[in-house]
Amino acid sequence: MIQYVLRRLLQVIPVFVGTTLLVYYMVFALPGDPIAALFGDRQPNPAVIAALRQQYHLDEPFWVQYGLFLKNLFTFNLGNDFTGQPIAATLGRVFPVTAMLAIEALVIQGVFGVAAGLFAGLRKGKLFDSTVLIASLVVIAIPTFVLGFVLQLVVGVQLGWAKPTVGSDASWGTLLLPAFVLGLVSFAYVLRLTRASVIENMNADYVRTATAKGLSRPRVVLAHILRNSMIPVATYLGANLGALMGGAIVTEGIFNVPGVGQKLYQAILRSEGPTIVAIVSVFVLIFVVANLLVDLLYAWLDPRIRYDK
Amino acid sequence: MSDYISPDRPASDPLEPGSMEPGSGRRRADGKGSVVLEVRDLSVDFGVEKKWVPAAVGLNYEVRAGEVLAIVGESGSGKSASSMALLGLLPSNSRVSGSVRLSGKELLGEDAANIRSVRGKDVAVIFQEPMTALNPVYTVGAQIVETVRLHNEVSPDQAKERALRMLELVELPDPVKAFKSYPHQLSGGQRQRAMIAQSLSCDPKLLIADEPTTALDVTVQAEILDLMRNLRNKLDSAIVLITHDMGVVADLADRIAVMRKGLIVETGTAEQIFHNPQHPYTQALLAAVPHLGQGGTDAAPDVDVTAALAAATHAELDSVDHEELVRRERENAAALAAAVSRGPVGEPVLELTDVAIEYPKQGRVPAFRAVEGANLTIHPGQVVGLVGESGSGKTTIGRAAVGLLPVAAGTMRVVGEDISAAKKNGKQLHQVRRHIGMVFQDPSSSLNPRLPIGESIGEPMYLAGVAKGADLQKRIEALLDQVELPRNYRNRYPHELSGGQKQRVGIARALSLKPKLMVADEPTSALDVSVQAKVLELFQNLQRELGFACLFVTHDLAVVDVLADRICVMQRGRIVEQGTRDQILRNPQEAYTQRLLAAVPLPDPEKQRERRELRAQLLATGTE
Repeated sequence: MIQYVLRRLLQVIPVFVGTTLLVYYMVFALPGDPIAALFGDRQPNPAVIAALRQQYHLDEPFWVQYGLFLKNLFTFNLGNDFTGQPIAATLGRVFPVTAMLAIEALVIQGVFGVAAGLFAGLRKGKLFDSTVLIASLVVIAIPTFVLGFVLQLVVGVQLGWAKPTVGSDASWGTLLLPAFVLGLVSFAYVLRLTRASVIENMNADYVRTATAKGLSRPRVVLAHILRNSMIPVATYLGANLGALMGGAIVTEGIFNVPGVGQKLYQAILRSEGPTIVAIVSVFVLIFVVANLLVDLLYAWLDPRIRYDK
Repeated sequence: MSDYISPDRPASDPLEPGSMEPGSGRRRADGKGSVVLEVRDLSVDFGVEKKWVPAAVGLNYEVRAGEVLAIVGESGSGKSASSMALLGLLPSNSRVSGSVRLSGKELLGEDAANIRSVRGKDVAVIFQEPMTALNPVYTVGAQIVETVRLHNEVSPDQAKERALRMLELVELPDPVKAFKSYPHQLSGGQRQRAMIAQSLSCDPKLLIADEPTTALDVTVQAEILDLMRNLRNKLDSAIVLITHDMGVVADLADRIAVMRKGLIVETGTAEQIFHNPQHPYTQALLAAVPHLGQGGTDAAPDVDVTAALAAATHAELDSVDHEELVRRERENAAALAAAVSRGPVGEPVLELTDVAIEYPKQGRVPAFRAVEGANLTIHPGQVVGLVGESGSGKTTIGRAAVGLLPVAAGTMRVVGEDISAAKKNGKQLHQVRRHIGMVFQDPSSSLNPRLPIGESIGEPMYLAGVAKGADLQKRIEALLDQVELPRNYRNRYPHELSGGQKQRVGIARALSLKPKLMVADEPTSALDVSVQAKVLELFQNLQRELGFACLFVTHDLAVVDVLADRICVMQRGRIVEQGTRDQILRNPQEAYTQRLLAAVPLPDPEKQRERRELRAQLLATGTE
């Protein structure tokens, strides 16, 4: 088992180098001059521009820039962004906010998606099942930004149940509405996946065995049907973490959440290479670790694919 | 431990070896146990498209303690549905009426909580597929402990101790290891033992065994049947055995109920049913069961396999008079000497020389050598039966002969062409395949569900460019005639046909290119016995008429006995013994062949008793 985890962690290195290299190159190849953009319409002194270029190593060739970035990364010095603020401090400020948002969204889709899927599966063909199926289809069909703006308007502005924008006071409470929007589409997928899986397992022979043993219905459902149905759902949730972080850009934009998505969006507009790559690197790390955790969870859920052989 | 043995059980622990003589317990002085299960007028209907379709109608039977009642029937007879109805285990679209009394207490119409307390405690069930009947995500031990703790007020440690004792009782080699194993880590037979251990963990008064050995190999089946017989004697439970296999019935049953289309057509003791069946259906069913040793024709008379085995192993049987046995052994020897085997005629159609076959490596999974050093020759017009248990490599040889698996070593010649070299030459393989027809095991999945069967049959001829247009249609009709299907079936789709009809289509397709070699991979094992008998007869007639050579792969020795001129016995990737039907059945030399022959249950209670004794002796000498 430990060997497996180590092997998986070692795989992080090529993945990490590959992604950062790719992102770094894409930022490098972006048209426009980031330094000139800093000054807007003003005409800065060419000497100032040259000094700034040198300060951010923008006059160096690509490989040197990338090498410097890697070197800084391993000395835990992410450098400053173009406005002179240390990138590490910025990340420290924005990541907790997005983490809160993502965790809330994950809980919404995980807990409620699985619960609704389980009930729908057990009542296959009944009213609850049909309603939930149609509703989930509607949710999947509507783009997140439409849903976001509509909920912002109705729940936030007209009903006044939640703050329409989050602004500077991000907390579990104020992030609830954005998290709901962020998690809603995946919630629908988790629900459908759980439902399909429950329906498949409901008629499995071992469920009949469990019933024949004299187990009560709740025990059969929770210990034998649900546990076995979680296997595909766990995989989906892990892979979905990436979509959650990507989706955060739109959702954070709509609700003005001071999180990673917003920061990343600003950095892209300003062609701020170091900031973009720093954020993406953290994304990659989270994604890889989350997938490792999912694979371990997978092995725990399904002993047939234990890795320690 | 004794605190969770129900009051009507004897005070001593029945699980303690030797603590209980066979037949004690609930059995009365007259030798008959008290009635445990009494079924009156039991009917089961299923709601299909807003109509009630009867699955079982007005069943009446009872089972006594220490007695095995076998409910026999073919698929669709309602034997399983009616038995699942006893415990309310049917899906929600079903309706059950009548009366089911367990030790005098009515079960039907009982509320859910009461039924639950009966399930697993008073009535336990063993299912057909040990593979899927245990939950794959929990250890065997955890599942037994769950059952024990559900019905008994015991601590986890006590429950674990109990589970370990049950695993020991069902003769698992390493109970502690089995306790910690997940179902997929055990073999099929071990899994079924674990399943039985779980079923017996709460001392049930009644055990319902739904095809308990159908998914197992014959030698494993024989072990499980022995186990169930021992347990029946030790625990004195009543057993309802649901099966389609007359051999299993003959081995275990005291009384038999024959079901057909939802009705019990005949009940009686095992002796009555086997020796003096009254109902025409029972007679037909018994006639259709292939009987190892009785597959012969006039030219090759029946083989007394028991005598043959006794002679080969120098066994003495208590159940057979010594003189009698000697006479039977002599008869057998004389028949072997008199047997005329047709000499090989013409060039071999299939020739394997020191062949090894591998499943190529896939990613991290290394290559697996499934067959090693196989030598086998089939001459024109010969039928060679390739028998073995699961994992023996018999199907692998069949697949390689058609070029579906590469030959790793040795040479394999098909109709004169060396196909071990042909793997690099697709064209040559393509040519060779024209001379081979293949019939697969599962007729449902080997026919394209979206093609009318006429097209399925005609496709090989069309692809080979042999015929098209009106000529093709004519040949399709001719093939349908040959397999005795109506011509207008050509426009039907596979789902509109029965299993036997589908397999006829499979045979027609395999025959369409007039093959010199036919490879048949378990073509009848998915069929009911009466259907199997008809398909085998058809196959035999076609083989005689068309004269193709055939490699017949099967696990069923009785089927091979009916068809084959020569028999090859495989074990763990090697051909351990081969010879003519008479040589193998009358004078088996290898210990494995002997064990395999002895494990095949005979559909006759007396003969099966002899066979059982012989098998016990074989196993006893084999382990020394």
